Amino acid sequence: MTHDNTALSTPADEPAASAPGERAVVLLVATRKGAWLYHSDAARERWRVDGPHFLGHIISHLVLDPRDGRTLLAAAKTGHLGPTIFRSTDLGRSWSEARHPPAFASAAKDGEGLPGRTVDHTFWLTPGNPDQPEVWYAGTSPQGLFRSRDGGVSWAPFSCINDDPQYRRWMGSVQDGTPDGPKLHSIIVDPRDAAHLYLAMSGGGVHESVDGGLSFKPLLDQLKVVEGFDRADPTFHDPHCVRLCPSQPDRLYQQNHCGVFRLDRPSEQWLDIGRNLPAEVGDVGFPLVVHPRDADTAWVFPMDGTSVWPRTSPDGKPAVYATRDGGQSWRRLDAGLPSSQAWWTVKRQAMSADGLDPVGLYFGTTSGELWMSRDEGLHWQCIARHLPEIYAVESALLA
Amino acid sequence: MKVLIPSALRSYTGHGEVEAGGATLAAVLADLERRYPGIRFRMIDEQQEIRRHIRFFLNGEQLRDLAQPLPASGELIIVQALSGG
Repeated sequence: MTHDNTALSTPADEPAASAPGERAVVLLVATRKGAWLYHSDAARERWRVDGPHFLGHIISHLVLDPRDGRTLLAAAKTGHLGPTIFRSTDLGRSWSEARHPPAFASAAKDGEGLPGRTVDHTFWLTPGNPDQPEVWYAGTSPQGLFRSRDGGVSWAPFSCINDDPQYRRWMGSVQDGTPDGPKLHSIIVDPRDAAHLYLAMSGGGVHESVDGGLSFKPLLDQLKVVEGFDRADPTFHDPHCVRLCPSQPDRLYQQNHCGVFRLDRPSEQWLDIGRNLPAEVGDVGFPLVVHPRDADTAWVFPMDGTSVWPRTSPDGKPAVYATRDGGQSWRRLDAGLPSSQAWWTVKRQAMSADGLDPVGLYFGTTSGELWMSRDEGLHWQCIARHLPEIYAVESALLA
Repeated sequence: MKVLIPSALRSYTGHGEVEAGGATLAAVLADLERRYPGIRFRMIDEQQEIRRHIRFFLNGEQLRDLAQPLPASGELIIVQALSGG
């Protein structure tokens, strides 16, 4: 693999050394052709690449378990084979396959009831709360919610929504989803209460459970939908990415098909904060990232949502936009990014913030570039080029 | 019977050619699953349908039905078909 950027200058077979007691950072990069791990120390100046893992596999999400700092789950499939989950308990040195990957219930044999569905791929992985150390959640395409209670080895349908007639209607058909299938994503567990869950469906809207997933209800008030459609119907809502602020778990941010929104619970009314972005940039994008310690700070990556929805950086000039006041105002952050002719797309899972101070920000493009800022977006630097299409970038701190 | 394994599934078997038995395609696949856990779900979905890009051929004839009776001997070829890029 060729890299022409100074950020990746540590020899590939040497770890980026961390001083004793200092935290290290790992980036988990999932692509259409495999997964890569990028390691650095707290300075985040040099990166060591570890990969490819699963070369040729379609990896939708690669997530580190923050509860033990060494278990990785990878949501995988190939062009020919059905979907599965791979699991590593040694930070990717070795992998084993889930014994029972996510799979929908069989259709009723008597022909009654809803048609059976088939998991095309697992799209999203969320670890459970610290007091539930073996629990993971998975969201699939088409929309399904699954849970593992043994660290990702065995998965089973979770909650009623996979086979609830009302939810199935809201999910729509395969034609109602994204170009590579409708998805259940943004599974969020309230850090204060493991029974309090949020999830999002593209399409199908944002939903909340306060009873540990026994039931969900839509959470859509004041959200916009495409003109001409009924915004009271979850079918027409397309949340791209929903995030909960870890420092203020009553605050949610959402980037969706029609803008950027904030919700402060217990209110159920989303506030349109995308309207405060520059009109010439717009408020459409896929990812949204929140600050780990400041609930007034969030970052988005606007993309062109006009005409035929190019979903590329507006005018070919990529920029991250940051708010420091809960969305009342936004600041353009593009120092170090190309100033023209860069038509980037960044997918909803492909932007991440680490927990260091100052916060490191990371994003990956569908054109296979991995970028980072070690000063909360003020300056940007490329870590890697020439990767396959990047689907997801997660960052994690290692002890 | 002899079963020829495509490259995409050799991470399960370790070999391109293995032995498995059964009176139907479903039974042969169950035997493969017993020997190589996880392999069946990569080929057959949860609604018991053959996945879109998987094909089975016995002695040159394509098998389309899991319940199809099979002879006691023969060569089953599993093919990863028509997907890439």
